[in-house]
Amino acid sequence: MQETISASGNKLGLFRSGLSLTSISFDRLAISNALAVIEDRDFPTTHEESWKYTRLSKLANSKFSGTSFNKEVNYSNVHSDAYRFIFENGRLIHSSEGINAISLKAATEMKLQGITSENSLFDAINLAYAEDGLLIEISAKEKLQKPIEIVHIANGNKVSNLRHIFRVGDFAEAEITLLYTGSNDSTSFINVVSNIELGTGSHLTINKLQSEFGTDFHFSKEFAKQQKDSNLTLNTLTLNGNFVRNDVVIRVEGQNAESNLNGAYILRNNQLVDNHTVVDHLVPNCQSNELYKGVLYDKSTAVFNGKVFVRQDAQKINAFQSNGNVMMSEGATVYSKPELEIYADDVKCSHGSTTGQLDEEAIYYLRARGISEKSAKELLVSAFVGDVLNNIENQEVFDFTNKFLSYSFGWKNN
Amino acid sequence: MANYTEDELAKDLENQEYKFGFVTDIETEKVPIGLNEDIIKLISAKKNEPEWLLEHRLKAFEIWKSMTEPEWAHVTYKKPDFQAITYYAAPKQTKKYESWDDVDPEMKEIMSKLGISMEEQQRLTGVAVDFVMDSVSVATSFKEKLKELGIIFCSFSDAVQEYPELVKKHMGTVVPTTDNFYAALNSAVFTDGSFCYIPKGVRCPMELSTYFRINAGGTGQFERTLVVADEGSYVSYLEGCTAPQRDENQLHAAVVELIALENAEIKYSTVQNWYPGDKEGKGGVFNFVTKRGICERNAKISWTQVETGSAVTWKYPSCILKGDNSIGEFYSVAVTNNFQQADTGTKMVHLGKNTKSTIISKGISAGKSQNSYRGLVQIHKNANNARNFSQCDSLLMTSECGAHTFPYIECKNPTAKIEHEATTSKIGEDQMFYCMQRGISEEKAISLIVNGYCKEVLNQLPMEFAVEAQKLLAISLEGSVG
Repeated sequence: MQETISASGNKLGLFRSGLSLTSISFDRLAISNALAVIEDRDFPTTHEESWKYTRLSKLANSKFSGTSFNKEVNYSNVHSDAYRFIFENGRLIHSSEGINAISLKAATEMKLQGITSENSLFDAINLAYAEDGLLIEISAKEKLQKPIEIVHIANGNKVSNLRHIFRVGDFAEAEITLLYTGSNDSTSFINVVSNIELGTGSHLTINKLQSEFGTDFHFSKEFAKQQKDSNLTLNTLTLNGNFVRNDVVIRVEGQNAESNLNGAYILRNNQLVDNHTVVDHLVPNCQSNELYKGVLYDKSTAVFNGKVFVRQDAQKINAFQSNGNVMMSEGATVYSKPELEIYADDVKCSHGSTTGQLDEEAIYYLRARGISEKSAKELLVSAFVGDVLNNIENQEVFDFTNKFLSYSFGWKNN
Repeated sequence: MANYTEDELAKDLENQEYKFGFVTDIETEKVPIGLNEDIIKLISAKKNEPEWLLEHRLKAFEIWKSMTEPEWAHVTYKKPDFQAITYYAAPKQTKKYESWDDVDPEMKEIMSKLGISMEEQQRLTGVAVDFVMDSVSVATSFKEKLKELGIIFCSFSDAVQEYPELVKKHMGTVVPTTDNFYAALNSAVFTDGSFCYIPKGVRCPMELSTYFRINAGGTGQFERTLVVADEGSYVSYLEGCTAPQRDENQLHAAVVELIALENAEIKYSTVQNWYPGDKEGKGGVFNFVTKRGICERNAKISWTQVETGSAVTWKYPSCILKGDNSIGEFYSVAVTNNFQQADTGTKMVHLGKNTKSTIISKGISAGKSQNSYRGLVQIHKNANNARNFSQCDSLLMTSECGAHTFPYIECKNPTAKIEHEATTSKIGEDQMFYCMQRGISEEKAISLIVNGYCKEVLNQLPMEFAVEAQKLLAISLEGSVG
């Protein structure tokens, strides 16, 4: 990275000086708007509400040389049969035939019309410096027989900004699994934004499996727009990762739409996961469910901030939001902030947040039946997270998650 | 509820405009408008304050100048011009009254209009009323009886004169001058308030109560309340307020500090009914209050509030649970109507072991108002076995109002148990149908359901307050059928 002093002369400027502007044919205005968001700014501090509990000083002080390692990364696929795409350090190294998917580099400006970044720093950085990504279009009434699996491998010391665009046509159905993995000594910065558009009556399930092994910074954001009668399920499973920030923004623009957000995080050591979600109900007669649960070992930190907006005139909304945390060790920290902003009256909205530990009596009950304390705790932890995992309909995703957790936490396979 | 009939409600509803909105022409003595060091010195001199207090004020003023108004609350309003406010107004007559008969008849009339006929209250309820009219307390009752027990209950300025050590020792220990913009402003320019000290092991035999009231036009009110409950003592403190109707916005930035020493208990109840502005959202009081209590070992602080007034409310009665086994409670009903905005809630800071806190917050929004709950539950590293339960419900009456919940939960101890739940909904159609089917009018049914909804909080209020609070709820929600 060049040590040139950038226009803004701060750490973010320095960070940006190592990146090159995107060559993807996004709308010019979108790019200049994104640059306007970044211009003159530094990395957010904890004074900024959306970064209140997550310090970015580590990221700000990190240097990314842009190197990619040569060695192979071992990982297992989630699906046995899928349309598979693999990105390593931001480069598309494998793609599949059979569906309408192209690299963003090859996408025409017309195809990228309407893709913009929100007024958030890392979304803007992603757009302005996007290297590549996938544009996947499912045509109307098409029902994909196999899931799409997009693997992101972090293997080096590199910044990669990827932007995916998923367009699901009217009455189409699809399932997309985003797998994040990497090598043990990878120290990259991964910033992935997915723009998701759901047509009328469409169904889409996204499984986001985060299982990086290195000390990477992982930022990812899903920005979805739902038309009427559509159904979106987003499963965010943080199984491993050093510094993870998830942003989910769902704009419900059509009536009778349903949005389901499931999140699970199991953290160890000094890991940090920051989940920010926004469900924005703009129209009446919709339903949203949100369930995030996490277990914290060692000195890990979990942040949850869920926002539900019900705009004026968006009557008859049922919105539920729940966050549960179990703290297993001294030194663990939980910050939970479930928020409701309601501007319509004929709604049913609720949220809940709990933080506590495993039930002593439940452990006693199990131990009295000859189960060791360790096993009893494992059982209770997997039951706690199981609430979320049971919402995952795809058996392969469920199995992958269970296997991963059993392996990395030494649990018995159950 | 029991003694409150439909007729009474109907009568109350007739008084559509602000019930207590009147201006009484008692001569007041004012300092020039604006805020600078000279004004502060003038206030201090007028109150014959000791040197240390003046220094305290000036220091606070310096701090205040370096601060900016907080903007994080979910409210929008035209910021007050701090140079256009009169910072001190005292009723002209400074004579103190020994007995009730000595009190100016005109003032008695105000009090009876306020619905707090003093004779009645003294005879029937045994409440000692420290009536604050425009920042200087003019009548204090039951002083003798309290004196016997060693309880000090007087105006803040009297306390500064008579018990300077106590005031100096405790003032600013819970809400430091650097705390926030309005607390700093208050520390610089506060005019009066109440001071209460309960000696070791004494259980205060009656509920202590102060009625605040803004009277002189354009006078911001900066009250300062300090309640100290010494080891093993108990006190229940009531605070209620009404303000006259007027067009310009009035600023109210009070500071309340509670100190509960070992094994002590303080119960602090508020009925707040400042002028909320008219139906077009014009006028109304800005209520930016800092209320906080600190609990030592085994101590308990309980906040109960019924908030129906003010154009803009910004208020977070908080507990710092410093001692082991201490308990903090917060019960709140916040009603907003027309263009009112409220951003209110609590902070429970758990520092000691086995500390417990309970938060029950009921918000009701009607008209075009915005009602937010904002709370913080913070469990520090050493607060083993801390326990918190929070429940925040919102009731929406019209399609144009808003109800919001912003709870902050921060936990750094793995033995803590924290629960938070919140619901938002409107009055159930089936509930309304049930009532109306039985011949209960729509308005009355709403009042019934709302009172039921708030019961958990109203039950915490002392008897006389509970009745008043119920009436207030009904009046505040009049004509808000959605």
